[in-house]
Amino acid sequence: MSSIKIRSKRLDGKTQIRTLITHPMEHGLNHDKKTNAVIPPHFIHTLTLAHNDKIIVTSYMGMSIAKDPFFVFMLNGGTAGDTITLYWKDNLGNSDAEKHVII
Amino acid sequence: MITSNRREFIKKTTALTGYSMLSAAGFLNSQTTQAQWDASNFEPSPMDEVLKSVLKGKPVVDSDKIHVKIPQTADNKTPVSITIQTTLKDIQSISILVEQNPVPLVATFELSSALEPFVSTRLKLMHSSFVFVLLETEKVFYGIKHTVSVSEGVC
Repeated sequence: MSSIKIRSKRLDGKTQIRTLITHPMEHGLNHDKKTNAVIPPHFIHTLTLAHNDKIIVTSYMGMSIAKDPFFVFMLNGGTAGDTITLYWKDNLGNSDAEKHVII
Repeated sequence: MITSNRREFIKKTTALTGYSMLSAAGFLNSQTTQAQWDASNFEPSPMDEVLKSVLKGKPVVDSDKIHVKIPQTADNKTPVSITIQTTLKDIQSISILVEQNPVPLVATFELSSALEPFVSTRLKLMHSSFVFVLLETEKVFYGIKHTVSVSEGVC
């Protein structure tokens, strides 16, 4: 089960790409309610988006992005059958990728 | 592969297929080597220092051609959605900064020319603060700031 959902919509000559990643995005200031221990930071720091294997977005982020990060990008052009690939990496070394085909 | 139960088996097979698919596309290697995350920008530090390292010596020009959609009031428990759109040309990157957050720099999006200068995401806001949006072009940064007042979650 992938952590990433990608949806695309073609709007007169442009393609709207919406991405949703399931991730806790802990900033390291929250406390566990039961044990009162600090929850260590755990957040995505790099996200790349590729269109037909060509990188179109490289994003570096900190812990101020909300839980379950959601992004919208607008691509110039884009035809049916193009692939969109998203790849993320977090500070604990986890990563995931997902491929999406524009309809 | 010897598996003790069904759940374990499903876990392993999905992990394997996912990995082989990616490595076949050559995606894992090419992406990880290129992406460099600068940790010093995302450490708890005062706004001035973060601004200095983000701006890299370029001047900031106020611009009214940047359209930022963000609510004026927010609750400190809920994510705040922000949408940035502009008619300015040749935008290389979009940065979002929140002055009062422990880590002021929220994110930097390096956009290629294949994309419209448009981005939308959700932020965490701890206190009432200025939200700065900086758009990088070759010579200058275009900037705009918005005030968002954050109320403590009651009830």
